[in-house]
Amino acid sequence: MIRIEPRAATSQAFKLGLPVLSAVIALLAAAIPLAFAGANILTAYGEMVKGVFGSLFAVSEMLTRATPLIFTGLAAALAFRARLWNIGAEGQLYLGAMAAVAIGAGAIEAPSYILVPVIIVMGCAAGAAGMVVPTVLKTRFGADEVVTTLLLNFIVLIFLQYMLEGPLKDPMGMGWPQSAPILDEGTLPGLMTRMRVHSGLIIALVAAAVAQVMLSRSVWGFKLRAVGENAPAARHAGIGVDRTLLSVAIVSGGLAGMAGVSEVAGLKGYLTADLSPGFGYTGIVVAMLAGLSPVGVVVAALFIASVFVGADSMSRSMGVSSYLADLIVSMSLLCVLIGGFFARYKITRSAPTKGEAS
Amino acid sequence: MTDTKVLSLNGLSKRFGSVIANDCVDLELHKGEVLALLGENGAGKTTLMNMLFGHYMPDAGTVEVADEAGQMQALPLGHPQAALAAGIGMVHQHFALAENLSALNNIVLGSERLSLLRRDLKAARAKIERIMQHTGLTVTLDTPVGRLSVGERQRVEILKALYRDVRILVLDEPTAVLTPQEADTLFENIGAMTREGLSVIFISHKLREVLAFSQRIAVLRHGKKVGEIATAEADERIIARMMVGADTPETARQEMTPGAPVLTLQDVSVTGRSKRDSLTGANLTVHAHEILGIAGVSGNGQSALAGLISGLNRPTSGRVTLAAEEVAQVTPTNMIKAGVGRIPEDRHHDGMVGAMSVAENMVIERLSDPEVQSAGFLKKDAITANAEKLTADYDVRGPGVGARARLLSGGNIQKMILARVFEQSPKLILANQPTRGLDMLAASEVARRLLEARAAGAGIVLISEDLDEILGLADRVVVIHDGEMIEAETRDREAIGLMMAGEVTPHEPQQSGAETQ
Amino acid sequence: MMDILNILMSESFWAASLRIATPLIFGVLGALLCEKSGVLNLGIEGIFVTGAMVGWMAVWLGLGLWGGVLAAAVAGAAFGLLHAILTVPLGLSQHVSGLGVTLFATSLSYFTYRTALPTVSSPPKIESFRALDIPVLSDLPFLGPVLFQQTAFTWLALLMVLLVWYVLNRTPLGVAIQAVGDNPDSVDAQGLSVYGLRIGAVVAGSALMALGGAFLTMSAFDSFFFGMVNGRGWICIALVIFASWRPGKALLGALLFGAFDALQVRLQTEVGALVPSQVFIAAPYVLSIVALVIAARRADYPRALLTPWFKGQR
Repeated sequence: MIRIEPRAATSQAFKLGLPVLSAVIALLAAAIPLAFAGANILTAYGEMVKGVFGSLFAVSEMLTRATPLIFTGLAAALAFRARLWNIGAEGQLYLGAMAAVAIGAGAIEAPSYILVPVIIVMGCAAGAAGMVVPTVLKTRFGADEVVTTLLLNFIVLIFLQYMLEGPLKDPMGMGWPQSAPILDEGTLPGLMTRMRVHSGLIIALVAAAVAQVMLSRSVWGFKLRAVGENAPAARHAGIGVDRTLLSVAIVSGGLAGMAGVSEVAGLKGYLTADLSPGFGYTGIVVAMLAGLSPVGVVVAALFIASVFVGADSMSRSMGVSSYLADLIVSMSLLCVLIGGFFARYKITRSAPTKGEAS
Repeated sequence: MTDTKVLSLNGLSKRFGSVIANDCVDLELHKGEVLALLGENGAGKTTLMNMLFGHYMPDAGTVEVADEAGQMQALPLGHPQAALAAGIGMVHQHFALAENLSALNNIVLGSERLSLLRRDLKAARAKIERIMQHTGLTVTLDTPVGRLSVGERQRVEILKALYRDVRILVLDEPTAVLTPQEADTLFENIGAMTREGLSVIFISHKLREVLAFSQRIAVLRHGKKVGEIATAEADERIIARMMVGADTPETARQEMTPGAPVLTLQDVSVTGRSKRDSLTGANLTVHAHEILGIAGVSGNGQSALAGLISGLNRPTSGRVTLAAEEVAQVTPTNMIKAGVGRIPEDRHHDGMVGAMSVAENMVIERLSDPEVQSAGFLKKDAITANAEKLTADYDVRGPGVGARARLLSGGNIQKMILARVFEQSPKLILANQPTRGLDMLAASEVARRLLEARAAGAGIVLISEDLDEILGLADRVVVIHDGEMIEAETRDREAIGLMMAGEVTPHEPQQSGAETQ
Repeated sequence: MMDILNILMSESFWAASLRIATPLIFGVLGALLCEKSGVLNLGIEGIFVTGAMVGWMAVWLGLGLWGGVLAAAVAGAAFGLLHAILTVPLGLSQHVSGLGVTLFATSLSYFTYRTALPTVSSPPKIESFRALDIPVLSDLPFLGPVLFQQTAFTWLALLMVLLVWYVLNRTPLGVAIQAVGDNPDSVDAQGLSVYGLRIGAVVAGSALMALGGAFLTMSAFDSFFFGMVNGRGWICIALVIFASWRPGKALLGALLFGAFDALQVRLQTEVGALVPSQVFIAAPYVLSIVALVIAARRADYPRALLTPWFKGQR
């Protein structure tokens, strides 16, 4: 009889190898839809690699793509560690972006060493607010935050349409629903000349490092982990569960908001309703691939960004639907999930160890 | 009792990882017999029965069951369906009942073909009513099980088995949740059923009821069967020695003069989801150098009282005073700061964060302490050193202080919690079911630590469903029933049992914390 | 005020309400069936997309309307099976697995559609379900247009409400599903298969969800376009809680929701000048959150919801 048996401990190598293996399997599995689309598989993979690493420009594009994913990945990773299911990073990203253009597109004129920090703080605050609402609904009324954050994504997008057709509309935009551009003083400086990669990446890397330290070394991180792993025990031990969740919500929402700030103030310069091709949702995949570790988020974001940039480039040159990238990303999530099962359990033909001998 | 064999377990062995749960156990059961399977926690009783019932697959050994004609047949192992079909029924300690369904549905569940498009419950109801009449096990069939009392739920469990026409019934710790009187009734019912030919195995660690109600006793120790004895020839000392392998150290409680009150409850009410987890107008005083035992059947307000003292439940009215100071706001943090040590009932669920390290669990209640953190950052070295010291002092054994707490055994988890609590020299200790699920040695260690804390001047509230434990440790006994507490002026088991069943109600609210003590 | 009354009196309003409610009825019933067995299925949004795409494409390929319905149900069941395997025997996080299924089902559907129809500028149309024309009944005043001029697909939804209610409350199978969602041990101890019941419920529930999606492309509209599901799946998850896991209340919730949505479209034309249209567009989502907040505390959750169960680990 086949039995599921929990492992006492998972080796470090297993933990590190698991997401890599999942990513590889997902990439290999992409051969099936590629064949279905009638593409030469080897050529397609070659094009994908070239699209990511073929030139300095390609690498810059990949890093540019990774930047918002690090932010949304961190947003998901920290929240999930506290078992706060923030599926609303997409909406929080747009809230951050709206705050950035509301302030940075001419409302305030100031030198960049003032304007940039103000934009960042307000963008993060807007994103945080977007997560505080569902968190309070959860702690006060018991409303499941999964559903509320998902629904809030749609509400924010509709609000965005209103803002882009109304208060935030660019008067010089020839009638397009887009915001006025952010002032030069409010722009995040680029990192390389003629490349799109910008200093948002540096902020993202710093955020990941800070998150890692806070999570493992600070009292806040201790409380976050305790609440996530066993909220009743945390409450019993005198840890304010609701207060901890609220603080996590602020940080998580703030990070997602920062993704929006980084995209408008670092990359696009102005806000449209298609600023994010689902960075918020993809951040969940990034976080899961990273095993909810902040440092892992950076690596996972680079991988996912490579998939997107590589598949985009490949699909342009070979005429395969660019939805292939989303397909690979979703498959890597499913693979890492299944892999996580094998990290925690082994399947044996004997009987389980967990049953208590009493 | 006849000599017809109905069941024989031959050389059953079961290993969980490196732990041997059962080692070549043989057991026989005869028709109409009540066999008590006795042993400490962890001795392998439940594992053995779970193999019989098909929940676990044995590593070695066979099971034979008499069929309807009395012929012994090999039982296919590892299949609950096969066990059910062979006429074996098991009543688990943790009830396997769907609370959203009626008793009737729970009983009938699984005996109808799932492909049926219509149900015929008339015949089923008639059959159950016949069984109820016959055995005296009565329940209301149409009420959702979630609204039944614990005793009624147990009767539903037994009816489930009887409905399936079982010839062999296994009862796992059936009296753990019953009052002494309810337990007696249960055994009377069982007696009636065995006279009709039912054979019963009941698992227990309560020597008293084993001696009173079984015909034969089999004792397991460390997974092995260490002996079998006819009940008529046994007494408590003999079987206790068989269970433990040696005489257990008696926990000697010395009389002590109580000191000043450390906890006073004045007309405190706590509102829970139902009256069963509420407290109404509770009055209670616990003094230094005193263990106050709270006796009662589970689900009579113990969780509300424990929640109150832990700081999890806010009182809706009344005053809570700790060491002469009124607690303005009852929260876990405030209670910890005021010197309350809490040993929670469910140590896995409330007592520790299993995924965090032993060291982290040892400081989880004092995260604002400068010994643990500075400027919001953890002092990792100090936390490790603290854990090293405490694990040594309290003999917490496991894979190390950096390992996840859930890797510890139940007894070591409890020691970890005791270390965390006692190290802060609490003025008041809440010990909620502190020995549940522990083996005798670990349990006597807990008792010793509680008595030490009492000698050191702590006041202790001991909540237990085990009346023997309360009578052994407590200086005073308060009975809790339906959210109300009454001090027992007696230590007589029968009298306390009647109070636990709610059959003695005070004519006027009694001051439990009698200052005259 | 008179305007609202006029709207509420009109038969076209009630006909629209039922039409808008139809995909939600399928979705809520599907989610209800999954959750009753103890499994949250957040794959619903993606399964809606798949149902919409597959149903449409099957008709487009010439399988006929009912062939399309069947194809959509089978596709939904397949993704349900994926979710069930991940969450039931493997016991993985129902939240993450569900989101994974949504992402996977959505991207696979989009990829397939794009690969099959690479260069269409406007989405091709199919001959979708037509309004019923039942002699006498369809000509009844008020009831005729509201009930008897709907498509057969809407009637299928109403039939499913009855069917799910009957199965859950009147058959041994339904009672077992309710038991497994409350306490899997109760089912296991009686010799029934926890895995079998849960997997079956999730697969069947997912097939129902896919029908909700198929309704969009085969009855409400006649072509498939990206983003057409637009959160309907998530709304269903909120409505299940609102409905307290009862099929009858689920129907009521979906109808209320449909009525509200129909009302806001009509109000938009009445007072559109005064209030930005986005207020009306956002209203259904806001309403879902409000419904969730109101219902959350009183909700009678299946006790074993979200809790995995492993054989032999009691």
